[in-house]
Amino acid sequence: MPTTREIKRRIRSVKNINQVTRALEAVSASSVRKAQAAMLASRPYSQHAYNVLVGVAAQVKGTPPHPLLEVREPVQRIAVVIITGDRGLAGAYNANIVRRATQFAERYGQPTHWVTVGRKGRDLIRRWIARKRRDENAAPFLREQKLVAEFSHLPAAPDLGDVAPIARVVFDEFLDEVDEVFIAYTNFINTMTQQPRVLPLLPLRPFEPRTRDILELVEPDPEVNYSNRSYIFEPSAEAILGEIIPRFTELQILQAVRESLASEHSARMVAMRNASESAESLADALQLEYNKARQLAITSEILDIIGGVEALAQQEEAP
Amino acid sequence: MPIEVEVVSRVRELYHTDKADMVIIPGSEGEMGVLPNHALLLSTLGFGELRIVEGEDIVSFVVYGGVVDVRPDKVTVLADDAESLYELDMEQIEAARERARQLMEEGVAEDERAHIVQELRRAEIAAKVHQRAMKRPGQRIRTLEDEDEA
Repeated sequence: MPTTREIKRRIRSVKNINQVTRALEAVSASSVRKAQAAMLASRPYSQHAYNVLVGVAAQVKGTPPHPLLEVREPVQRIAVVIITGDRGLAGAYNANIVRRATQFAERYGQPTHWVTVGRKGRDLIRRWIARKRRDENAAPFLREQKLVAEFSHLPAAPDLGDVAPIARVVFDEFLDEVDEVFIAYTNFINTMTQQPRVLPLLPLRPFEPRTRDILELVEPDPEVNYSNRSYIFEPSAEAILGEIIPRFTELQILQAVRESLASEHSARMVAMRNASESAESLADALQLEYNKARQLAITSEILDIIGGVEALAQQEEAP
Repeated sequence: MPIEVEVVSRVRELYHTDKADMVIIPGSEGEMGVLPNHALLLSTLGFGELRIVEGEDIVSFVVYGGVVDVRPDKVTVLADDAESLYELDMEQIEAARERARQLMEEGVAEDERAHIVQELRRAEIAAKVHQRAMKRPGQRIRTLEDEDEA
């Protein structure tokens, strides 16, 4: 049995941890509210913008009126933008989205160029790539992957200007290097539920997954019909598409970042609440143990004294 | 057949209806009226008044640029920024115009100038739209209370 002093030290350290987790929980709770408000405010716009773009892209026949609409077959290389947090202590938040994205890359079956947003994603993806490169049994396409860009320390309330460099990399990759671009992020459903998912980003078009198991991992696009008509563009196709396609793609990246941020703060808040609760119950258990140990010590001391008294009394009676 | 209309700006959802009879859109190339079964159209928006005719009612918005997507049964207005007509505070707009004019007369730095010109243009459009809507016979301007009921 540990001594009372040891137990007391453990109680103190558990209580310290509890204070830290409580503070982190409070910080996350206020961040959640802000991140959630920002995310909800721009959600309708970006959803409608996406539907409009996919609708426009579905009408395109022949030479695409904008390079970002160009569909290339067969796809020989893809890029995945993955959005994670800069910090840990958010439960399984970072691990979940990384698992989802790497699973996707593995099933897609083509060499992947990774663009990571967030420090955790960078580290986890880098380690995964290195592991696959060393693995002699890994499929050749997995050994050809690379990390092409990483962004970290985005501001707490990111805006279009903050994601513009990410969009720049995405456009360059699509125009020069890869045939399709996907974005992996965590969709915010509510404080308790966040859903990691992969969405097609470029080229803009109704996405047709090549195999069933990819379909499980990628969100389907909105239904589009009117396939036999074509769009009238005002002032002109070049003018309007040249302006809105890059801008709406940036918006989509921004929305993914905002959704992920709200998810990250929620995940951290829940993780910290769980940690605080565990720390409390551990502190209670230790306190009980401490009381028992203390009682045991007292009892044995009393026993000693009584034993001594008894012995003395017997000595006095003896002669 | 009524048209579904969706009005959103970058920061919020302003209006949704599925029983509009006509939509009058301030396109960058001029105002255009959209009736049900319109051809597919994608146009940039100018600064101006967006009117949605719903039976006896006209619902008005001031939009400041953006894009509109017209489909046979649906119009989606993606405004860079937009306000409902009843949100316009005329006193505030007048004050803003006055301030902007003063600043322009006093002379300002080149980089601020563009911003002020933009603001001035916005205020002027908003004032014009408001004035026009007030004069229009039979237009009932929806109030915040209407919005709450919906």
